[in-house]
Amino acid sequence: MLQVNSLSKTFSGFRAVKDTSLEVKKGEIVAVIGPNGAGKTTLFNLITGILKPDSGQVLFKGKDITGLSPHVICKTGMSRSFQVVNVFQRLTVFENVQVAVLAKEKKTWNLFTPSKKLVIDETNRTLESVGLIDKQNNISGALSHGDRKVLEIAIALGGSPEFLILDEPTAGMSPEETARCIELIRHLSKKMGLTILFCEHDMELVFSISNRIMVMVRGASIIQGSCEEVRSNEAVQEAYLGGDATC
Amino acid sequence: MLKDLLTSKKIILLITGIILLLLLPVVLPLFMQARFYIYLVSLILVSGLFATSLNFVLGFGGIYQFHHGVFYGIGAYAAALMLLKSGLPSWVGFIAGPVVSAILSLIMGLICLRLSKLYFGMLQVSLGSLVWAVVYRWRSFTGGEDGIHGIPIPELISSPTGAYYFTFIVSAVCFFIIYKMINAPFGSVLQGIRDNAIRSEMIGVNVKRHQLAALIIAGFFAGVAGVLFVVVDNSVFPDMLFWTLSMEVMIMCLLGGWHIFIGPLTGAALMILFRTFIGTFTIYWAFIQGIILMIIIFFLPSGVLGYFERKMKPTDKVLKA
Repeated sequence: MLQVNSLSKTFSGFRAVKDTSLEVKKGEIVAVIGPNGAGKTTLFNLITGILKPDSGQVLFKGKDITGLSPHVICKTGMSRSFQVVNVFQRLTVFENVQVAVLAKEKKTWNLFTPSKKLVIDETNRTLESVGLIDKQNNISGALSHGDRKVLEIAIALGGSPEFLILDEPTAGMSPEETARCIELIRHLSKKMGLTILFCEHDMELVFSISNRIMVMVRGASIIQGSCEEVRSNEAVQEAYLGGDATC
Repeated sequence: MLKDLLTSKKIILLITGIILLLLLPVVLPLFMQARFYIYLVSLILVSGLFATSLNFVLGFGGIYQFHHGVFYGIGAYAAALMLLKSGLPSWVGFIAGPVVSAILSLIMGLICLRLSKLYFGMLQVSLGSLVWAVVYRWRSFTGGEDGIHGIPIPELISSPTGAYYFTFIVSAVCFFIIYKMINAPFGSVLQGIRDNAIRSEMIGVNVKRHQLAALIIAGFFAGVAGVLFVVVDNSVFPDMLFWTLSMEVMIMCLLGGWHIFIGPLTGAALMILFRTFIGTFTIYWAFIQGIILMIIIFFLPSGVLGYFERKMKPTDKVLKA
């Protein structure tokens, strides 16, 4: 579904992503792991169009989307959540998701129909699937951190994507919230048939839900393979897991 | 929230307000020399519309439109010049005002939207000042620093009462339209862009294009306010597009509460009333204006109405400052 061919990006001399390739097939859950600063978020920004790559190519569903604007890429069925909570602070939980649904339905140029009469069912369905339905009238800026991270995902789902990119979905979550989030990601993959690419520091989560894992170190991909392959790879243990880690 | 604003109590309040404003020119002369007060209320409505049009992009769009006065002034000048010099029917002049403002808004928006936030604002001030300089210097066409006085207004709306009713009806329609737009999907998306432009882009919104459209709409309604000023005052002058007026209208938005629809109108009313009545006691009005601004920043960061809204429903539903 997604194919990334030797992507590179340099920030004023610092090579954040070096010649990285990646393939995600339909229905897969693929994890990207690596130490802080390895270039995971930059890679996601390159794929989703927030940054333009210096070289390389991004193919999505067979179409070349390299260097297109984020809003154009989004319309092709790709959606993402952010590592740093990136919600619409002043809007309610409901409105946060509703805006995404409105954007997908191409209703953003509607000047006179009251928003509160539009896309209510679809918004509620999305809120229900992530378990935020009873908080729908809260201002999102006042939510707990864990709820905001879930709202992050809900906004991404509002656009009914086929392909979902999650940037550290459980960062800063309590163990219970993390467990809930794992359930949610499983649900999205199994019940809703989404293809998911995510990065994460929580190894337990990574190994429990992903089909394949890609390891990035200093901007380059050092291995891509199944959980077992990655777990037993020495280079990974040295670079990332600290040599003697058992997981 | 805005969407809950029109509860039944609010509707009663709104209707009462409309009836009071409609009856004002009939009732007021029974008690006092009404001419001046009717003029004053007209001016409040004009400034209120002007401030509300700014707030559409400022409070709801999060765009730092620092020099909104340009569109107000250009709308007024366009109408005035058409009325005075073109010989076309006067309604053409009335329509020309907002249209010229919207076109100028499109041009300035295209240039300024290349930058964001403060840089947008600074570029906008520079371009706006350029327009001001042209109006100020082009004496033969615009009347230079004296402006234009004694603009011919159609007889029906030339009396203070006629001008008042015209202003009231036009501004009421405009307020209604702007209110509808803020609560429509376009307004929701605009507020989304205000809160988080990158995220809006990521859900498939063409941010720049929506911002440009919002700027054009805001410019258009500022132009309407400019035309109304011509009707009320029969004159235009270059100060209408000087940057200090833009600052003043921004203060109106902040004073009333820039995340509430009627905040700017409230701010405009307070400012004009203060200026008029304090101005009769002291010539140092600007000094007092400065103090008021400081008080808002320190004590009422969400404006006068924001303060009362918070007092009335102290839940987390209240928009945070």
